Amino acid sequence: MSAAATRLPDAETLLSTLAEAMRPRIAEGAALVGVHTGGVWLAERLHAMLGLTAPAGSIDVSFYRDDFGSRGLPGGMRRSAIPFAVDGAHIIIVDDVLHTGRTVRAAINELFDYGRPRRIELAVLVDRGGRELPIAPDYCALDFPLPAGRTVVLARSDDGKLALNICDE
Amino acid sequence: MNASRNPQLGRDGSLQHLLTIEGLPGEIIKRILDTAAPFTEVAEREVKKVPLLRGKSVFNLFFENSTRTRTTFEIAAKRLSADVINLNINTSSTAKGETLLDTVDNLSAMQADMFVVRHAASGAPYLIAQHLAATGRDHIHVVNAGDGRHAHPTQGLLDMYTIRHYKKSFADLTVAIVGDVLHSRVARSQIHALATLGVPEIRVIAPQTLLPTAMERLGVRVFHDMRAGLRGVDVVMMLRLQNERMEGALLPSTQEYFKYFGLTREKLELAKPDAIVLHPGPMNRGVEIDSAVADGPHAVILPQVTFGIAVRMAVMSMLAGG
Repeated sequence: MSAAATRLPDAETLLSTLAEAMRPRIAEGAALVGVHTGGVWLAERLHAMLGLTAPAGSIDVSFYRDDFGSRGLPGGMRRSAIPFAVDGAHIIIVDDVLHTGRTVRAAINELFDYGRPRRIELAVLVDRGGRELPIAPDYCALDFPLPAGRTVVLARSDDGKLALNICDE
Repeated sequence: MNASRNPQLGRDGSLQHLLTIEGLPGEIIKRILDTAAPFTEVAEREVKKVPLLRGKSVFNLFFENSTRTRTTFEIAAKRLSADVINLNINTSSTAKGETLLDTVDNLSAMQADMFVVRHAASGAPYLIAQHLAATGRDHIHVVNAGDGRHAHPTQGLLDMYTIRHYKKSFADLTVAIVGDVLHSRVARSQIHALATLGVPEIRVIAPQTLLPTAMERLGVRVFHDMRAGLRGVDVVMMLRLQNERMEGALLPSTQEYFKYFGLTREKLELAKPDAIVLHPGPMNRGVEIDSAVADGPHAVILPQVTFGIAVRMAVMSMLAGG
């Protein structure tokens, strides 16, 4: 797909693709941790679709972001909630859009403050390119390179349906 | 400093210093309370630290003793990964402004990023903030940890956090502040915060000798009869009887004070059944509060301490993050 395209595939279809990509490789007892906000929506859905037993966690990485010094804390922060023991756990970080990799870096750092996971993987709906850190997804439903200044945003309607939109940053 | 501008706020309206709740916009107060909420979770982790203030130096500048307040600021700064330097500067009442600012200049030369100031003189943190602005050191932040009889903003904010935690909203509350209002910087901060957050009825219950004049101007209802004042309240905010601040005989005896203004179970029954009781500590048991109440089901005094750390983490990170 070209970067010039403004239409994205349906987010619900992508979610099914992501779940099917994860299903055969997902370990017994793996736990999902969604990154606020889009990642939490996805983790909730994936948790049900994949029939995982471990409860899904959610994290707000605001305390670990590397741009705190210039941007401060954002409004609308949430409490992180990891409802399982992180020591020895197999964790899959779930986020909607992978861009620079800085959010994932922050998420990994945060998880280590809860314990020492045995393994951490990364699942994303869309990889839009533009990495600034050596981070790659283990599961990804769509490669969709975008130029700098453009961004993909996941939205959730009142009935819980997910949709992707492209907009200017 | 530009007198027309709130000295606590930067040019973009962000929090630059925390000096007093008076005049602080409601949005900023709410933002502090909202920011504090996720910080309460940090204490439940294996590593009770987040890296927000890594590499920053926070100086606890205590010109007046306060183990508890200093400790909670120290814990808050350490949980934000700051380096904390505690300075307990015992000064006589004749300490001059020059000495204070010399101290500030010296510590600034040691690359201080934040001063947490407790001082017996009202306005000391203002003086420091003003001095920093006048000397082009806007990147250094000041937090008032209690100045004279004037203000104790983080105590007021943690009280607001506690009330919101238990009562969810400020909109329909009746809140009574009980005790030594005259000597209390906490009471002033509480009244300003409650009014800004829209509490419809704020009561003050105190003997005439422990009330400042023109109390009603702050928009509060004054009661000298504790039983009448406690009737139907949702929140009881006890104040500590400030023995060390008493000049002259304002009270016949602490026993008599307890009889008329001490919070007992029997008096608390006049409040709403789900009323909560706050106290900023340290408590004088048997003087302003009975042990049965302090340790009873309505007391939220220990949660106040826990929330206080999260609120101070929120304030310091909002200052450092601009």
